[in-house]
Amino acid sequence: MLSSSITSLTVVLIVVFLFKEGIGLFNQKPVEPGYVIAINKNNKVKELSSVQLKNIYDQKITHWSEVGGTHDSIVLFQLEDISNYYSDEQIGDNMQNLGSCMSRLVDSLPNIIAFFPDKYLDKKFQGTLLEVDKVTLHDFFAGKEWIPTAKPSAQLGVLPLILGTLWVSLGAILLALPLGLAAAVYMSEIANERVRRIMKPLIELLAGIPSVVYGFFGLVIIVPLIQKTFDLPVGETGLAGSIVLGIMALPTIITISEDAMRNTPRAMKEASLALGASRWQTIYKVIIPYSISGISAGAILGIGRAIGETMAVLMVTGNAAVIPHSILAPVRTIPATIAAELGETSNGGLHYKALFALGCILFLITLFINLTVEFISNRQKHNKH
Amino acid sequence: MINEIKITKRKKRNQAIAFWIFRLLSYSIVAILFIILSFIVYKGASVINWGFITKMPEEGMTKGGIYPAIIGTLCLVAGSMVFAFPVGVLAAIYMNEYVKDGIIKKIIKQMTNNLAGIPSIVFGLFGMSLFVNKLHFGDSILAGSLTLGLLALPVVIRTTEEALKAVDNTFRQASLGLGASKWQTTSKVVLPIAFPNIITGLILSIGRVSGETAPILFTVAAYFLPKLPTSIFDQAMALPYHLYVISTSGTNIEESRPIAYGTALVLIIIVLIANLLANGLRKYFGKKVKMN
Repeated sequence: MLSSSITSLTVVLIVVFLFKEGIGLFNQKPVEPGYVIAINKNNKVKELSSVQLKNIYDQKITHWSEVGGTHDSIVLFQLEDISNYYSDEQIGDNMQNLGSCMSRLVDSLPNIIAFFPDKYLDKKFQGTLLEVDKVTLHDFFAGKEWIPTAKPSAQLGVLPLILGTLWVSLGAILLALPLGLAAAVYMSEIANERVRRIMKPLIELLAGIPSVVYGFFGLVIIVPLIQKTFDLPVGETGLAGSIVLGIMALPTIITISEDAMRNTPRAMKEASLALGASRWQTIYKVIIPYSISGISAGAILGIGRAIGETMAVLMVTGNAAVIPHSILAPVRTIPATIAAELGETSNGGLHYKALFALGCILFLITLFINLTVEFISNRQKHNKH
Repeated sequence: MINEIKITKRKKRNQAIAFWIFRLLSYSIVAILFIILSFIVYKGASVINWGFITKMPEEGMTKGGIYPAIIGTLCLVAGSMVFAFPVGVLAAIYMNEYVKDGIIKKIIKQMTNNLAGIPSIVFGLFGMSLFVNKLHFGDSILAGSLTLGLLALPVVIRTTEEALKAVDNTFRQASLGLGASKWQTTSKVVLPIAFPNIITGLILSIGRVSGETAPILFTVAAYFLPKLPTSIFDQAMALPYHLYVISTSGTNIEESRPIAYGTALVLIIIVLIANLLANGLRKYFGKKVKMN
């Protein structure tokens, strides 16, 4: 009893742990803990969004008027810049006077924005400490940039990652579907029993090869091939990912669509043949339409595999977190992001939680795919009766 | 009449063309498999020798062997199976022999399916937050084995269920009819008959677990350890992770390529053996049962 509920228990635990950490992201501010952002007390700006902050520090926003202030240009300040304003003697040997220097600096420059650790916040500090919005759902899903280590404010837009994932998976399924379907038709309707008995274990073997080996193969063969063929600076592209994932999705598509085709009632096939149709006509007029839901289940499951695949993609797609514009550009997928970045994060921090939120998205996508497949195959069973 | 012959001819020609296309595409899949395998065998075979599988890595992974990675993977496979095999088999027995068709069975089935569909990297995240952080196992063989075990669970449950379903109901009825209890029937009659197929499932899941990388990234895997692990709370190296790091992020990627080919070949050999063994067993026992 206990052991049979363990799968249910595991799923529930996965949901609890994933979502607890993932949702925690939306209670956090994107500014590094222990740091403050201060402006002059006469500045009217009270709040800045994370994107605005980043643009200010990237100097894409250069005037306070762009964020609701006066028409003066913004003076950027980070702690490294302190030596431009004060000499070492003024700061003191052990930075003991840094706090008062900061107060004076922010007081004297009306257009400053300063980003520094809160331990240097003097008791007599006169400036305004800016409120930065918590990470919002909108920032997360509609943000176009994924730079979780950006300073002063982390950029956590998952749009490029989601698009990258879909992009690579779609490419994979476009490559794998025609091949896989052809093989399924061939194995279930055309090939004789002997060929089938040889091919079946080979397809199983294809499914058994570890993903890291596929990734390695992609890295040493497909990536250089793409680089040479298209004369690119780097061969690690979305196309390389699609090819590798396509190969990996083949066994799923073949096995499931072959099963579906073999389940076509004998009477239907024989009726078609008896009416004078050729075997080929029977295949595309009777068998494929009859088993179309099984075939689509296979295709959807293949997409699901591709979306969740980590190692192979991580090794061949180049991992640039930008919204993909061509199949020949590097892309980064959700699983690859988690795998590449989780090792560098501190337990419980903003970045850590952001990666768990990515895990939640991945979980929901694959759950949706599984339920869809379940729905399709249930309907198929229903139709038969 | 002539028209009909023409149509028949065209039909035949179309069919021949279509069948050839399908045959060609199917063979191209087999060709892909052979290209991958032969490439890795060709490049890796010259690297593999006794020293390669029994020596520690040397000179920043550019020389020496992969002994600790092999040992690590063996530990992880053993650990995950110690957990997943009994739990999975018991779960399948309970599901197939005891639970009646109904809502509970449906839910459990659905959950098992869902678990099987979860990407391996999500298992990695989960293993990290539960075993490594919450239960304070740290990066350890224990945490890695449990994570891999959970991943293998649906495979074990499914294959065991298939095996149990394949046992003819007359065996159960005969046993119950002779006055045996339900548990006696299950343990003395059903399980022995289903056993070969259950073992096949076990072997297949070993093949799968030994190649998984994403779940062990954050739960156990280490880039390099000078010593072998001595307890289940130690970190370990593992073959798939080893292949990943030395082919992507090592300091001497070019010099360690031969080692990478060798590691990939060892992984392929493990999977190949698991598949052959499983197929062989299936055939062997299939014949034996028929003869009886």
